[in-house]
Amino acid sequence: MEPILQARNLIKHFGRVTALDGADFDLLPGEILAVIGDNGAGKSVMIKTLTGAVQLESGEIKMNGKPIAFNSPIDSRSEGIETVYQTLALSPALSIADNMFMGRELRYPGIRGRIFRQLDKPTMEKFAREKLSELGLLTIQNIRQAVETLSGGQRQGIAVARAAAFGSKVIILDEPTAALGVKEGRRVLDLLQDVKARGISIVLISHNMPHVFEISDRIHIHRLGKRLTVINPKDYTMSDAVAFMTGAALPPELESNHPP
Amino acid sequence: MSNETPQEVNLEASLSAAPSEVAEFAEQDGGVIRKFQHILHQNPALVPLIVLIFSISLFGALLGSKFFSPFALTLILQQVQIVAILGAAQSLVILTAGIDLSVGAIMVLSSVVMGQFTFRYGIPVELAIVSGLICGTGCGFVNGWLVAVMRLPPFIVTLGMWQIILATTFIYSANESIRAQDIEEQAVLLHFFGTKLPLGGVNFTFGALFAVLLAFGLAYALRTTAWGRHVFAVGDDPEAAELSGVNVKKTLISVYMLAGLICAFAGWAVIGRIGAVSPNVGQLGNIESITAVVIGGISLFGGRGSIAGMLFGALIVGVFSLGLRLLGADAQWTYLLIGLLIIFAVAVDQWIRKVSV
Repeated sequence: MEPILQARNLIKHFGRVTALDGADFDLLPGEILAVIGDNGAGKSVMIKTLTGAVQLESGEIKMNGKPIAFNSPIDSRSEGIETVYQTLALSPALSIADNMFMGRELRYPGIRGRIFRQLDKPTMEKFAREKLSELGLLTIQNIRQAVETLSGGQRQGIAVARAAAFGSKVIILDEPTAALGVKEGRRVLDLLQDVKARGISIVLISHNMPHVFEISDRIHIHRLGKRLTVINPKDYTMSDAVAFMTGAALPPELESNHPP
Repeated sequence: MSNETPQEVNLEASLSAAPSEVAEFAEQDGGVIRKFQHILHQNPALVPLIVLIFSISLFGALLGSKFFSPFALTLILQQVQIVAILGAAQSLVILTAGIDLSVGAIMVLSSVVMGQFTFRYGIPVELAIVSGLICGTGCGFVNGWLVAVMRLPPFIVTLGMWQIILATTFIYSANESIRAQDIEEQAVLLHFFGTKLPLGGVNFTFGALFAVLLAFGLAYALRTTAWGRHVFAVGDDPEAAELSGVNVKKTLISVYMLAGLICAFAGWAVIGRIGAVSPNVGQLGNIESITAVVIGGISLFGGRGSIAGMLFGALIVGVFSLGLRLLGADAQWTYLLIGLLIIFAVAVDQWIRKVSV
């Protein structure tokens, strides 16, 4: 099967720090791919190069087999890739609805929209409310309240809801459940299953091993700026995966080359 | 660890029984002050409005009919109009967490271009005015390009541009004014914004009317268009705005260009205000506009505030200076009080920001 998103030999340095050291990446259509790795392994940077938020030094990225070069996150969004960044990328002083529709605002039809450029706030607010309810974010009372008045978990929920609502081909989530409660974390997993059922591919970066093993089809293990291996969660235990990503053990296909 | 399985979902089995409607809480009583803080957080223009009403009633009580005379109100409006127009430009830039020290200089250069094009080259006055407006927009574009694309700090960029534009103005105009009589005889359109609209004894000018209409237009654009939301987002957190799909460079350049255009309109209005075209006016335009913006409750850190607040801020300065002058006080008292107001306004801004903590 041809990968929907494929990357080969990605290289990126920040000053003297090596962030990506020839990393490869493959995302198959309709799968949930988990990306795990130690802190500083380069997971977030790899994701940012895939979405155009960080520019590569060298390496090749293909979408549906065609080489692509995203110069900014706007480019990847227009190709149907939505991302939940670790920093969430929300504007604190603006409302929930404003944030969800940032960069793709709805205008009123007719003269109000075309000439007066007036935003259709009621429709945007209704849509935002629906998406938050789907995620079970029911403790948000006022959809017009500024994002800065929300808790960390609620903010994360908004970022996830935004990506799930607008992603049409690929959704990338960088630690989407870290600040969420048990109930909301569960809702995010359910939501990801729904999104997968719509035929959309998902990349999930997480340190939550039970979540990773429960939901993912394949697990990409990142170590020291490159892909160490890809495992099937059915063939390995969580402690195996932790051993691989921390370097305590080598995956079998690499063991023959590097005897301990 | 080795025996664990992914099937640990029983832990969360009871979740289906959890309630599924939007939570509602009894309105918590956090005291009058806390409520007030919340109201201010949602309506940052309220503080300057309260100060404005307070200062009008104070001077009204002290001066009586002398302060509410048509003459006094005319004077306030005439003095405030230029600051209010420049303040509108300044507000846009400060909302993006920038600052524009060149607003006054752009205003003067644009007015000199309008005058010199008409009188030195004999270009029809309409075309000369359009040239002046283009000149102001062009200066704004240079500011915006240096800030957005070259990523230089707005303070430094506009500090440099202020000097450059001012020097250009003096060199180009050879430090010569164009007399009011000549304008009256040959190019009366340059005086358009000085046209008086008598209304119950108070002399409104088109300039004052323009300042108010401009404020309404910008307030509308900031509140109800995508561009306005982007201006706030860029001022709030440019990185987040970029990641969530805002074209930050384009937004910044558009803001500085629009600010330049508005400054050029201020240049047209200043000809109507003083009658002549002079390269020596508006030297304090940048400081006065920043004062109006800060007293108007717009945060210098970007992303917070409203155009209405700036308008109130400009009026507060106007009311104070005229009121104190009518009381016969030394002009320095005005500056002293304005200084106190600026510090008060920034302190209130910091306090309002704490609402979410």
